[in-house]
Amino acid sequence: MTFRDWLVGTVVSTTMQTPTAKSIVLDVPGWKGSAAGQHVDVRLTAEDGYQAVRAYSLASTGPGDRVELAVDLIEDGEVSPYLVGELREGDQLEFRGPLGRWFVWKPGDTQPVQLVAGGSGVVPLLAMARAHAASGSEAKFRLLYSVRTPAEVFYADELASLAGPNFEVTFVYTRQTPPGWPHPAGRVSREILGSATIPAAENPAVFVCGPTGFVESVADWLVELGHNALAVKTERFGGN
Amino acid sequence: MAIFSRGFSGRPRESNPDLPPGQFLTEDFPVLSAGPTPRLDTADWKFEIKTETGQTLSWNWDELTALGLEDVHTDIHCVTRWSKLGTDWRGISLDKLFEDAETSFDFVMVHSYGGYTTNLPLEDLMNGQAWIATEFGGEPLEPDHGGPARLLVPHLYFWKSAKWVRGITMQRTDSPGFWEQNGYHIYGDPWREERYW
Repeated sequence: MTFRDWLVGTVVSTTMQTPTAKSIVLDVPGWKGSAAGQHVDVRLTAEDGYQAVRAYSLASTGPGDRVELAVDLIEDGEVSPYLVGELREGDQLEFRGPLGRWFVWKPGDTQPVQLVAGGSGVVPLLAMARAHAASGSEAKFRLLYSVRTPAEVFYADELASLAGPNFEVTFVYTRQTPPGWPHPAGRVSREILGSATIPAAENPAVFVCGPTGFVESVADWLVELGHNALAVKTERFGGN
Repeated sequence: MAIFSRGFSGRPRESNPDLPPGQFLTEDFPVLSAGPTPRLDTADWKFEIKTETGQTLSWNWDELTALGLEDVHTDIHCVTRWSKLGTDWRGISLDKLFEDAETSFDFVMVHSYGGYTTNLPLEDLMNGQAWIATEFGGEPLEPDHGGPARLLVPHLYFWKSAKWVRGITMQRTDSPGFWEQNGYHIYGDPWREERYW
């Protein structure tokens, strides 16, 4: 079995993470595990043989037979409406992977790590935070998470429990804040980025994942703030 | 043999013969990059070809564009599965740039501003198959799509069309470039679905 072969997982549980996003846990006997930040190709096959394939980041990391995806609904999409609206416990799902060796964090990496998420772009970054916690790594981790409203936060409870001295989480709400929030709703700015992330002087590895426009802005500002462009790894989705 | 996905019917079938296997059509122009977008000024820009003889051919922006832009009407296919049909580019043919190159090597490494690299066989750049593109859709190429200039090799997956292109170095063997070292296929033919290795 290699990452090029199609595997079959059985859905053991699904959880609505937000009103439009679902996490899916698969049981995959013989799965060899994945590094934090990797993704898989998911393949759907209709009765007439028609197939559609899309890439999704893994929320799970490390060894074990469980594989976890988290999928946000794209209204006019073809695969995400099925995964979010139809797929249920007991169903089988075909996929292959793990794929990608660039946008990856490994527990042996000791430098500080700044994660910057836009919306569902938090999924591969959550995998990194999970790997960080599971490994007992002492590397300093920080997450800046831009999200429209409190209801649209993925893995809210888990992020709260992972947060601690070695993992600081900062939320930026772009449309609606929780009651009593000290800042008005608004987008991430260069100023927020400068004040709520690990400074360039500490030479952090930076992982940015989100919609294209968000990633473009954030990556540009990081370079302006003095980060080495080669230390800033990006993953974008959607067009412009 | 694939398993069937209970309750999945899919979109109306796209029986478009211009669409390689496993690809879907997009009207968008998605962006795939490994890091921040370099911001380059054409005043400081240059493009170089280096060969094993020690020869370096070099063009600044004005010299390059003075070689003459060709119109290129083509389909493009990204390894992340979107395809865009009938796109319009303008660029300088690699045939012109290689006219005076002295080389017996069969492979190239393409280098970009920002450090990105990708490898190709030289023959895939010759005979009207590749350009240094400076315009897309009648406008100067935007930085996030590789501007001011990117390689355009539309018969291969689009990561081979290196953004922010800076130069080409001849190499004896087909040593892998950046994405090729990070999981993508060494050649990348969309019609044979050469996505990963």
